[in-house]
Amino acid sequence: MDFQPTEDQKDLRAGVRDLLAGRYGREALRASVDTGASVDRALWRELGEAGFFALRLPESEGGVGLGLPEAVLVFEEAGRALVPGPLVATHLAAGVVPGAAAGKAVVSAFDLDGPLVAHLGEADAVLGASGVPAGEPVRSVDPLTPLHRVAVAGDASAYREAGALLTAALQLGSALRTVELAVRYAGEREQFGQPIGAFQAVKHLCARMLVRAEVARTAVYAAAVTGDAGEVAAAKLLADGAAVQGARDCLQVHGGMGFTWEADVHLHLKRAWVRAEQWRTAAQAQELLAQELLGSVEEAGQAG
Amino acid sequence: MDLTYTEEEQDFRARLRAWLAKVLPELPAKPSPDDWPGRRAYDLGWQRRLYEAGYAGLHWPVDAGGRGATPTQHLIFLEETERAGAPYVGANFVGLLHAGPTIAAEGTAEQRARWLPPVLRGDEVWCQGFSEPDAGSDLASLRTRAVRDGDDYVISGSKIWTSHAEVADWCELLVRTDPGAPKHRGISWLAMPMDAPGVSVRPLRTLAGSAEFAQVFLDEVRVPVANRVGAENDGWRVTMVTLSFERGTAFVGEVVACRRTLGELARTAKANGRWDDPVLRRRLGRLYGEFGALWRLTQWNVSEAERSAGGVPGTGGSVFKLAYSHARQELYDTAAEVLGARSLSLEEEWTLDRLSSLSYTIAAGTSQIQRNIVAERILGLPKGR
Repeated sequence: MDFQPTEDQKDLRAGVRDLLAGRYGREALRASVDTGASVDRALWRELGEAGFFALRLPESEGGVGLGLPEAVLVFEEAGRALVPGPLVATHLAAGVVPGAAAGKAVVSAFDLDGPLVAHLGEADAVLGASGVPAGEPVRSVDPLTPLHRVAVAGDASAYREAGALLTAALQLGSALRTVELAVRYAGEREQFGQPIGAFQAVKHLCARMLVRAEVARTAVYAAAVTGDAGEVAAAKLLADGAAVQGARDCLQVHGGMGFTWEADVHLHLKRAWVRAEQWRTAAQAQELLAQELLGSVEEAGQAG
Repeated sequence: MDLTYTEEEQDFRARLRAWLAKVLPELPAKPSPDDWPGRRAYDLGWQRRLYEAGYAGLHWPVDAGGRGATPTQHLIFLEETERAGAPYVGANFVGLLHAGPTIAAEGTAEQRARWLPPVLRGDEVWCQGFSEPDAGSDLASLRTRAVRDGDDYVISGSKIWTSHAEVADWCELLVRTDPGAPKHRGISWLAMPMDAPGVSVRPLRTLAGSAEFAQVFLDEVRVPVANRVGAENDGWRVTMVTLSFERGTAFVGEVVACRRTLGELARTAKANGRWDDPVLRRRLGRLYGEFGALWRLTQWNVSEAERSAGGVPGTGGSVFKLAYSHARQELYDTAAEVLGARSLSLEEEWTLDRLSSLSYTIAAGTSQIQRNIVAERILGLPKGR
């Protein structure tokens, strides 16, 4: 057993981090917020060329031929950089929707409960529906996740397991990033003559953020290795919690600045809220885990 | 990232499993919790069986009498023994997990030869004399004095929260040998025989009603200078070696046990109708997910230790302990919810577990101290004044 990333896996993660730092740094993120254009087609194609969407497609089909462990490392980086757009749905559509693997198509999905669809206006296809259904725009809580209401909800449940896991990986990246942002601010901001990070009240908030993120990290990585449905549900549940609570704690550490539009904290929080509703909600994950727990006991009872 | 076990590791597991199946039915009945001599005999008897079968000191280095097993093999050992319902390390805890590894790492050849084999064979029990009434989280402020007199130290003071003190042969004792030095620099680590004149033990009753630990009073106790492990006044560093072991794989068996308890909780809730309450059911589901993740975190930390030189657990242990101790408390609070009013009865096993779980956020470094460690050593936040 060696549950640590291999050198290849570390290199892959570092490569994606460098790519995104160069191509979608903070200025690009703030520019998207200012213009309200969430999907950048040129960036989408570059991600496609880098193998972001074709990562798990077999090499015989023009893909990279890697697995879920590599995919979660890559999506963790996209979550860290807050790259907007239907990354998970387009990745899942590789090999299904023409152009998705290469990043030429933008594919969304019916991954929210009910009739709301994210990125409908920018999508070439929607998983769970034939074609792109018509929809009415809805004002979205997240400035980089436009929402539409459609008349009839589609069904993308065939993609739910992988969708939930990759969304968990995005949450994980965001959670780890908010720890960094909080720690950096707590080390710089001075009050009462010392960095606020020297106060235990602030320090302990940061420590709790890290603990949640690290537990979520092992859950996400383990689920990627085993592909077990219960572990995927646990990964989504824990990563949702780490991302949402992490962003809130990060906001608190930033004090008044955290409540402004100018700080990036709210972007992490709002996106984390969106992702928490995608593919598998907390309540759904808890119910699934409860059934797995009961099933494991009943199985053992029958065996014994 | 690989969660499969190698052929060698699987063989190790299979052999261990077969041995446990053979030996566990031969064990004597468990002594009652208040029968300290009985508990000592039971725990040492189990250690002797481990020794005879070649499992004693599995994770200790070979030159200290151990088996030099990898952290993964140690993980498998702890997982399988818990799963099979084998006895807990019990009275051998300090000897095997604290004092022994410290002597193995820091002791002279003579000291290793004197103290390590009896721990491995199940002949001698150790206890820990670290905390004092006025030195808990701030352990380095300890005041028990050791004054040099010829070839002896003469020791006066008092230690507290000492588990198994009534039945221990030796105490790993932290004493102040230089009161003038800064607090971390004037401490020494001694092996004190518990039958030395001047040592008296007063059992302390825990909130669970049992006497699990004691206060130890030291009144001019003479301990040979030859019993000092490490240099004089270097005891703090020596101690840190010990503590890094405690925060590593110490909870592997317990995580396995907690997952089994969750299964029993689900079965009980299903039987008494509480399962139909979605709030409780979802809480059980969440805990199942959390304990699954904690098991994975253990495997993560073990893999990390295996890659690092010497296999000494890192600060990741603090992250684990924080998450685990709080999850354990929630587990038994949830058990009480499943039981309802029955949870008020001390005849319910889970009620005693609920009471004992209260110590988990305090013992071996409170959650607040652990958060300081995480914030300062992992996240690099400034030390407070």
